Amino acid sequence: MTTVPAARPTTEAEIPWGRVRPQRQLADKTMKVVCIVSTAIGVFVLGWILGMLAWQGLTSLSPRVFTQVMPGPGSEGGGLANAIVGSLILTFLGIAVATPVGVLAGTYLAEYGKTSKLAEVVRFINDILLSAPSILIGLFVYTLMVQPMGGYSGWAGGVALAIIATPVIVRTTEDMLRLVPNTLREAGAALGAPPAHVIINISWRAARAGIVTGILLAMARIAGETAPLLFTALNNTFWFRPDLFGGVSNLPVTIYQFALSPYPNWQELAWAGALLITVTILGLSVVARFLIKKEVSR
Amino acid sequence: MTTAPALSQPVTGAPQPPEARRAQPLFASTSAGVADAGAPVRLAVMKLDFFYGLFHALKNITMDFYDRQVTALIGPSGCGKSTLLRVFNRIYSLYPDQRATGRITLDGRDILSAAIDVNELRSRVGMVFQKPTPFPMSIYDNVAFGMRLYEKLSKAEVDERVEGALRKAALWDEVKDKLKQSGMGLSGGQQQRLCIARTVAQKPELILFDEPTSALDPISTGKIEELIEQLRTEFTIVIVTHNMQQAARISQFTAFMYLGELIEFGPTSTMFMNPMKKQTQDYITGRFG
Amino acid sequence: MIEEGRLATLTEEAAIARPRDAIRPSSLATIDRVFRFASYACTLLVLLVLLGIIGSMVYGGWPAFREFGFLGFLSSSTWDVNNDQYGAWPAVAGTLASAGLALLIGVPISLGIAVYLTQLSPGWLKGPVSTAIELLAAVPSIIYGMWGLFVFAPLFARFVQVPVSNVVEGLPIVGTLLYARVPSGVGILTAGIILALMIIPFIASVTRDMLDQIPTVLRESAYGIGCTTWEVVRHVLVPQAGVSIIGAIMLGLGRALGETMAVTFVVGNANRLSGSIFDPGSTIASRIANEFNEAIGMQLNALIALGCILFLVTFAVLIVARILVSRVKVH
Repeated sequence: MTTVPAARPTTEAEIPWGRVRPQRQLADKTMKVVCIVSTAIGVFVLGWILGMLAWQGLTSLSPRVFTQVMPGPGSEGGGLANAIVGSLILTFLGIAVATPVGVLAGTYLAEYGKTSKLAEVVRFINDILLSAPSILIGLFVYTLMVQPMGGYSGWAGGVALAIIATPVIVRTTEDMLRLVPNTLREAGAALGAPPAHVIINISWRAARAGIVTGILLAMARIAGETAPLLFTALNNTFWFRPDLFGGVSNLPVTIYQFALSPYPNWQELAWAGALLITVTILGLSVVARFLIKKEVSR
Repeated sequence: MTTAPALSQPVTGAPQPPEARRAQPLFASTSAGVADAGAPVRLAVMKLDFFYGLFHALKNITMDFYDRQVTALIGPSGCGKSTLLRVFNRIYSLYPDQRATGRITLDGRDILSAAIDVNELRSRVGMVFQKPTPFPMSIYDNVAFGMRLYEKLSKAEVDERVEGALRKAALWDEVKDKLKQSGMGLSGGQQQRLCIARTVAQKPELILFDEPTSALDPISTGKIEELIEQLRTEFTIVIVTHNMQQAARISQFTAFMYLGELIEFGPTSTMFMNPMKKQTQDYITGRFG
Repeated sequence: MIEEGRLATLTEEAAIARPRDAIRPSSLATIDRVFRFASYACTLLVLLVLLGIIGSMVYGGWPAFREFGFLGFLSSSTWDVNNDQYGAWPAVAGTLASAGLALLIGVPISLGIAVYLTQLSPGWLKGPVSTAIELLAAVPSIIYGMWGLFVFAPLFARFVQVPVSNVVEGLPIVGTLLYARVPSGVGILTAGIILALMIIPFIASVTRDMLDQIPTVLRESAYGIGCTTWEVVRHVLVPQAGVSIIGAIMLGLGRALGETMAVTFVVGNANRLSGSIFDPGSTIASRIANEFNEAIGMQLNALIALGCILFLVTFAVLIVARILVSRVKVH
């Protein structure tokens, strides 16, 4: 038999509701507005820049941009063919040097050095180099290669780009290798594989996507760098030498020189070049982020 | 109920007077078969000490492991059974502050000596870990990985050895159509059998199992225990397990360890039904651990 | 299937030490040693590069330091190519001013974005907005320069510089600071604004990661007491991540100090030091970028000396940043 308990007398709460001081609510709301506005500014600026590029760049884009050589001062038309090829070569050169050095150094830090003194020091220095002003790297390579060699060259440009790309690759390679569980390494060692074998066949394979992402990010970084090229590869309005001595035409420096020039066709080409560079770099960044996401979700 | 005909006294760490018979045995029978101590000794451990830095983890261990027998190492957490296992393939050498002193001979060779090539030793002493660790490559490459390290084999030979190993691991039928697929796509139990196949493919002289089923469900556990019983006819096996019933089921010899010392060692049936030391009895009946 | 007979033979063989043929352990060991050495060498290379940069800067700038004295060089405002008299002060001041303005403008916005992303944003929006912010970081600096010069500067001149100049003309302090004689849109403030936009993505991402790393329990217990969002941020989250946020800001400062191309477009490249932030100026990086290729002799040394100063300052800032920011976990 159940009885319904008698209704209990309700009591007023000791302390009435509505205690939050209006100042607190105001502060809270203000902050929220400030944050939203800040974020909006960021997104808005991005849209504005991309929009500007799209508008100015697309109107300047035409097939001749890809097929014709850079025009001399005052002459009509022209394209960016030599600059595009030059940029591809310089970027490739930079990555070709940076990848083995970066991957091996990152591997040493993650697999051999680990917590040793040398490893800590190199990690520290690598992080500094990661954010160092790129113009100083250009100056360094100038004194290292351009002065002794007696002139600008694509090789100096490639080296400068490599110095900028390497810290990125070192960092991502080490971080990715650290994510590989140690049990996997022990299992490899337990079969009698020496450390190098375990690293190459197991650790590298397991961290493959992450390491590739690092290389892509490094590529995106150096594709847009202008300052280090100013004193190393400089530029070349004509086709550059196949042995890469002398100035090598490239997009970033071309954009710099053409944009600040008084000639309209030069300025148009500058916008076209800017669009090309940005699309390439953003494309690489998006692919890299996509690869990382795929890897993390596995 | 089985008895050990060849061995009359269980071997312990130090000579002890026999103690009074205990109450009813916990296990009515062990199904693992006859413990044959007349078999030759494959692995002999003599006065082994082990240190993690300054911590003295294993103290004066002396014991033998017999050919084609399964020896189980049991004991509460922290007793040193996994540590002991990891000395046998010197996997501890990967870590600079861990060291072992003493003498361990595998078929007569001192495996702790500096003259031994550690990597080659590991190819002869296989290890299966607690957590299944398939390599990031195809099933075929997983199994072939170890054998390709030290032997030059033609494609046909590799094919044959891979199939043989997978059959021995009771995995062949489940994966024969997907050898090129990644090993990481298998279920937990299958992955562990893949790791066993990988180890067996190297034709090791000794196989070490470090709690191989503690991360698996009961059905997979059963399959792997069956597997170990079959493998025993061909390989000498040492297994670390925190599951005493498992030890009773599949081992012929058992060693009980506590706080880094070997307390008692003998045929499994005797250990479980008539242990000599009180500590062993207490552990087995669940008084601690 | 292996038959019983072969089984017996196998185990018998196992008892005898079986010689493995063809691939001998020694060749595996050689590969092992070579690989280890190669990776060690590459690690040393990283070290050497940094030492090389320091060395070449000091070596190239030494003649200028010797000629003018370190402090003399630093404080002098002359830049006379014909008479080979150089001083670093306008460039240094410009660098510090533009970087300082960049922090002033950029840090609040960055923190606002980080707080938005971690506390306020609805889940579905978090991803796209984060991506947008990171894409901002990927845009090359020369593009910022072009946008700054061709799009932003004219608007800035018309809608900010002219009205403000009209308002403050004749007033003390602000009359000098915010007055543009020739409102062209380019100048130190413009450079500061562009730099702010460039460092916002960096500071925001690092701060966001630092805030994300704070254990949820801490956040929830603060909310649990009845704090508003602002109070949780101010009293719990920011103090907790405090040191690392300062580190993130220092990282942004490091970038702002060394940025070249964007600044070169919008700073105006004047060799004099003006009292107004609306006026053109120069930074160390823009000075080097503009003059290096035609420079010879002492001018060259002076420019490298400028580079040396920049390196020292940036180096110091980055070291502090590195110490303050524990390495962000890769997610």
